[in-house]
Amino acid sequence: MKIAIVDYGMGNLHSVVKSMQLVAEDHAEVVLTADAATIDAADKVVFPGQGAMPDCMAHLQESGLIASVRQAAAEKPFLGICVGAQLMFERSAEGPTEALGIFRGEVVRFPAAQMVDAHGQRLKVPHMGWNEMFIRREHPLWQGIPDGERFYFVHSYHFAPQDDIAVIESAYPYRFAAAVAQDNIFAIQCHPEKSSTPGLQLLKNFVHWNGQC
Amino acid sequence: MPLAKRIIPCLDVTAGRVVKGVNFVGLRDAGDPVEIAKKYNDQGADELTFLDITASSDNRDLILHVIEAVASQVFIPLTVGGGVREVADVRRLLNAGADKVSINTTAVTNPDVVRDAASHFGSQAIVVAIDAKAVNADNSRWEIFTHGGRRATGLDAVEWALKMQDYGAGEILLTSMDRDGTKIGFNLPLTRAISDAVSIPVIASGGVGNLQHLVDGVTQGHADAVLAASIFHFGEYTVREAKEAMRAAGIEVRL
Repeated sequence: MKIAIVDYGMGNLHSVVKSMQLVAEDHAEVVLTADAATIDAADKVVFPGQGAMPDCMAHLQESGLIASVRQAAAEKPFLGICVGAQLMFERSAEGPTEALGIFRGEVVRFPAAQMVDAHGQRLKVPHMGWNEMFIRREHPLWQGIPDGERFYFVHSYHFAPQDDIAVIESAYPYRFAAAVAQDNIFAIQCHPEKSSTPGLQLLKNFVHWNGQC
Repeated sequence: MPLAKRIIPCLDVTAGRVVKGVNFVGLRDAGDPVEIAKKYNDQGADELTFLDITASSDNRDLILHVIEAVASQVFIPLTVGGGVREVADVRRLLNAGADKVSINTTAVTNPDVVRDAASHFGSQAIVVAIDAKAVNADNSRWEIFTHGGRRATGLDAVEWALKMQDYGAGEILLTSMDRDGTKIGFNLPLTRAISDAVSIPVIASGGVGNLQHLVDGVTQGHADAVLAASIFHFGEYTVREAKEAMRAAGIEVRL
């Protein structure tokens, strides 16, 4: 089995590659690739992304990989991470660029006016650090990960799905969708590759996932 | 508040080894970076910071090997600082596996490096390290020092932090320069002044000697994260004990 990690020139993929290789053991060959044919031939696809969402979309367009990414999202077990997950939606408040629009809804900024905790203290943006993940709907990728487990986040924007596709929610200070899933796609805002044991568990579940909810 | 306050062990690295000294002198060997990183990860460290204190430029590439080795085995965020002079240095460190790069002296001498690096790699990858100390007797005004705390710049620390936020820094690593290595605790008024002024997270550093100091950094200094080196390296406390102390003080932590 082959797992392709899509390299379209956005961000540091060292940890994504190393963590996938670690959990794949000898079940899968993990390749970092900027080649459409390699993505097309892969059994599973990981779609990461870092930095500003409009920049990521521009790089993706320049890379010539959009068709392969769309094809993979249509039929293979597909894992979007961080801005890669945000690109699944229609657009982002971060810029006017159209994203992939595979999911209905937008990516919005944490609104300054609401960034206050229960004690009245201001919350910082970016939302950076380890926050709790609450299971909203059971999903095979969350198997073995307890409700309320912490994952590592670093982001100023989060998705606001129009449909009922949230599987995991976090709170900062209000509840937002931290992971969404539909059919063969799982898209997560935080960084499993930086979330120690529970993050590796999620990636391991992806290695063994048949793409069904 | 559910977002956990972070505990970040800091590893000073030179010639591929972790060392710790007091006020930048009297360095003692503290061990192999990968082994120490694994140990802290097992204890529940939220992130790790590596500071390259190599003096000569000949050995600069050694830190890249250290980061590569650690990033292949330890899956928590890694910040690397020390000797970052240009955007190309940031790229090299990120490519080696760092998640964030900390810029200190260069932020003062050439602040455009901060702006360029943030626009290239995203604010989430850029930490500006600020070394500050009080310049008046009642500890109410602080200035920035560079070159390991030896050179005064005349820059007001709070104004500087705001400027670095505008330039795209995603986080501030604030070292109380007059406290570093002293084990008498953070400079709390300084930490609070900066943390309350900026909207990005602030990591408090410099002067931690016991677990109450970590608690104070959060509750009185309003820090989002606390960084310490020697109390962890020499086995006085584990990261887990530090977290338990913070939780006992009512602080949200990841345990």
